[in-house]
Amino acid sequence: MLKIPYYPGCTLSTVAKEFDTSAKDSAIKMGFEIEDLPQWNCCGATFPLTPDNIMGLTAPAKVLAGAEKAGDTLTTLCSVCYNVLKRTNRVLKDDKEKLSTVNEFMEEEYAGGVEVTHYLEVLRDQIGFTKVTEAVSRPLKGVKTAAYYGCMLLRPFEDMGIDRAEAPTIMEDLLKALGATPVFFPDRVECCGAHLAMDKPDIVSKLSGNVIDSAAREGAEIIVTSCPLCQYNLENTQAESGSALPIVYFTQILGLALGQDEKTLGFEKNKFSPLALLRYKELL
Amino acid sequence: MSRIGVFICQCGTNIADTVDTEKVAEEMKKIPGVVHTQDYKFMCSSPGQKMLKEAVKKHRLDGMIVSACSPHMHEKTFRRACESAGINPYMCEIANIREQCSWVHHDKTKETGTVKSLDLTRMTIERLKKNQPLKPNKIPVNKRALIIGGGIAGIQAALDIADGGREVLLVEKTPSIGGNMAKLSETFPTMDCSQCILTPKMVEAELHENITLMTYSEVEKIEGFIGNFRVTIRKKARYVNEELCTGCGDCWDKCPFKQDSEFEHGLKKRKVIYTPFPQSVPNIPVIDAPNCAMLQKGKCGVCAKVCGPKAVDFEQKDIVVEEKVGAIVVATGYDLMPNEHFGEYGYGRIKDVINGLQFERLASSSGPTGGKILRPSDGKEPQSIVFIQCAGSRDEKKGVSYCSKICCMYTAKHTMLYRHKVHDGQSYVFYMDIRSGGKRYEEFVRGAIEKDGAMYLRGRVSRVYEKDGKVIVQGADTLSDSQVEIEADMVVLATALVSRPGADTLAQKLGIGYDKHKFYNEYHPKLKPVETVTAGIFLAGTCLGPMDVPESVAQGSAAASKVLVLTSSDEMIKDPTTAIVNDFTCNACWDCVVACPYSAIEKTDIKDREGNVIRRLAHVNDGVCTGCGTCVAACRSKAIDLKGYTDEQVYAAINAF
Amino acid sequence: MKIKLSKSDIDGALVTQISKVSGEDFKQCYQCGNCSGGCPVSYAMDIPPSQIIRFLQLGRFELVMEANSMWVCVGCLQCYSRCPKGVSAANILEAARQLSLRKGTDHERIEDLPVSFLKTAPQQAIVCGFRKFVS
Repeated sequence: MLKIPYYPGCTLSTVAKEFDTSAKDSAIKMGFEIEDLPQWNCCGATFPLTPDNIMGLTAPAKVLAGAEKAGDTLTTLCSVCYNVLKRTNRVLKDDKEKLSTVNEFMEEEYAGGVEVTHYLEVLRDQIGFTKVTEAVSRPLKGVKTAAYYGCMLLRPFEDMGIDRAEAPTIMEDLLKALGATPVFFPDRVECCGAHLAMDKPDIVSKLSGNVIDSAAREGAEIIVTSCPLCQYNLENTQAESGSALPIVYFTQILGLALGQDEKTLGFEKNKFSPLALLRYKELL
Repeated sequence: MSRIGVFICQCGTNIADTVDTEKVAEEMKKIPGVVHTQDYKFMCSSPGQKMLKEAVKKHRLDGMIVSACSPHMHEKTFRRACESAGINPYMCEIANIREQCSWVHHDKTKETGTVKSLDLTRMTIERLKKNQPLKPNKIPVNKRALIIGGGIAGIQAALDIADGGREVLLVEKTPSIGGNMAKLSETFPTMDCSQCILTPKMVEAELHENITLMTYSEVEKIEGFIGNFRVTIRKKARYVNEELCTGCGDCWDKCPFKQDSEFEHGLKKRKVIYTPFPQSVPNIPVIDAPNCAMLQKGKCGVCAKVCGPKAVDFEQKDIVVEEKVGAIVVATGYDLMPNEHFGEYGYGRIKDVINGLQFERLASSSGPTGGKILRPSDGKEPQSIVFIQCAGSRDEKKGVSYCSKICCMYTAKHTMLYRHKVHDGQSYVFYMDIRSGGKRYEEFVRGAIEKDGAMYLRGRVSRVYEKDGKVIVQGADTLSDSQVEIEADMVVLATALVSRPGADTLAQKLGIGYDKHKFYNEYHPKLKPVETVTAGIFLAGTCLGPMDVPESVAQGSAAASKVLVLTSSDEMIKDPTTAIVNDFTCNACWDCVVACPYSAIEKTDIKDREGNVIRRLAHVNDGVCTGCGTCVAACRSKAIDLKGYTDEQVYAAINAF
Repeated sequence: MKIKLSKSDIDGALVTQISKVSGEDFKQCYQCGNCSGGCPVSYAMDIPPSQIIRFLQLGRFELVMEANSMWVCVGCLQCYSRCPKGVSAANILEAARQLSLRKGTDHERIEDLPVSFLKTAPQQAIVCGFRKFVS
């Protein structure tokens, strides 16, 4: 079975464990395996935007050095980890001087031989969405699902390159493969407020509120995301506003469509579970 | 022994301030072969020239040096003076002691300037001793002209050349002439109806006895050189016999199949047998072959059945013709930047986001809505429209770096047209700068703001999205430092003007240059604005870069005047300073053929009496050669020399230094 | 507000420093306002992104450092991704933040943060927040 080295990151090992397990179980149903790096550390959760901040590159570089021992690709799920690792990798590959400076700060040496991919890219480019459809045993027929991309999965476009910056379709294409009806909504590439949850919750409420409204207006019944912080912000905002759209990881929906037992998908951790909706639609 | 005269110009004080011209004159007298020297205040003046001519006679001179300004300034003047005094003009040489000497030296003792002038003049004297008298080349000129592109620039050029008494072949790719201007509703700044001023010119071009129209045709190959071009043109199958067709319209009335109209930019359908627009010239339809059921599947043929004169001919094939012309005007026009560039503006996804030409069609009385401003999604009259300028322009990251130049004006015009048609409608314009340089242009834009109430907002739009049947525009107004959100009914993007697809391929066929945006390069941006590096090929209109109708017309006329000059006599006099191949030393490696930027070097065969090829040689076509010297540098066996600049001359000059 | 301008303002050491740290050339910006138009949080900023760049063009470093803009910017890169000139306002605000934090002054204190947030928030939010707000 195809084995792909995988970086879970901090959040997916703790509060977003369901994101991690549903992705792993789904992979097996589709005929491949994602395998945790034997050793890893936090990626730093922010790519340093100032080019003189080399220190900020060391944590992700350490992850990449570890990945190099496991193979030539590294896949990840969390949008932020993906952003940090992919951008760091790009900098280190393009700037040999920075690479050697960073290497001086680490026990291990990174040579620049790893490609960072997102789990979505693995599905699209390596497995293929037609193969995904073949593995579906419980098509999510008629479930209006909105894919929320946020920022880190896409921007900056020239570094991330996962999809078109203003009009991405990778998640919608996956949703189609699962039999669901993708809902395109205007705010799907807008920001949720991210770490401002720490000290400016009013800004987060406003931005996340806009995203939820925008999706609801287009008739979404579920919102999927690939970022634990987006999920957290959207879900909290929703709790305040009193609306009740389930906000889940795309892999939870994937797992459901692939026929996983809904009890293993961690929906009990969601403030708004999609299970009632799916039962109502007689899909469960 | 040569008898050389040396004349040193003081150029007022321009030269005399830093060069001791008297001393130069004295010193030069000592050089063998120099029989007369003289310095003078203004050599180029009438008395100065008279002095030259008299000296030629008095001293029986056979060669002349003028140490003065750059040869770019007065080489012609002095050579002409020589000629009228009876010596071959190419026996006159200029030593540049102004731009390259007196102007760059500031030594008031005149020492450095004088020393350098002495060197320069001495070098030129030695060079002159190796000069050969040259005779200008005479090239026969075919007096027909080819115009590529039947938009306003091409039409104007065609009419002017034809009125000048020359035959014109006007080749147009689409089924009708008229170009983009035919799509416009009204034109700034006078607001006259575009079709009303254009169609008379189109008809005139059709009826003019000196103009042959070839529509639905494309230039495939260009060979030859100035005065003597051979052009291969593919006349695409129309599937309609042009001789028989009366343009009655029965065929397109009855045709059961529809496609998006290119002319209406997708706002309306056309039939599969069609003319692009009602005033098409010629008024003869074409069949859109890939979408015709008869041509593809052999089923239908309704058009042929209803055609009275039996003009529909499904058997028609492309015809390839070769035409001979003496001059070519390229006027291939522009396109708008393709839709997919504007992801954040929802272009292509949001029906009520359209481009400038689409708005022109909506506002045009012959357009899809009969001149009513109705939005494409639901056909309702928009109560507010947001116009976004610089969509793709001045955007070096995702679009093009240049300013598209006409958008400021046409957007102001759009807001006026909108207000005139929808009296209570509100227009908003997002702009970065208002560029309204031009006669009555600034007043026009102020009119849009002050009389017609357009709200101008200084800033760029970040995104456009749909919400509850409205188009939401989110941008900035930097003058008030605010984020601005407008719930509009419709959005018009002033999309960037770009070159035509395939502009580069045509340029390569013609041997003319183009920039990184694939706009064609003029020979000189100021002084030769419609010429190209290839003699005999001229440019007009937006194939050079964004420009408006008045400029395109002016360029069409300018190119026409150049063609008329070229075709004014049967022969063209050309400077003899061209490359020449030494037949004995050429080893036919063809490096020169590859190096020549003008395709002036041909491969020729030397045959014996039985017609067997015994040798192959490079041969320079004097008609095409510009004397640039690239081949001289490229030739491995030193078999090429440039007349007037031979190695012998150059080495003589260097050795005299 | 009246601005007195001289060459020493425009090329001031602090402005040059923020340009160097951010890697952005302020001259590139032609003030179209796209960043301010698209910024999801510019409504909450004392000075919106395009005006931040304008003040830096004018050498007014202190105005930029006094404004709350750098602490409000969330780094979503919408400004950069739509900038026709390829200028990143996010990088510039990050540089301002860095210059402030590198002096050792924190913008947030851990003990002030709500316990509920610390208990439930994804780790990435906490790590990211500390990196942006704490020296």
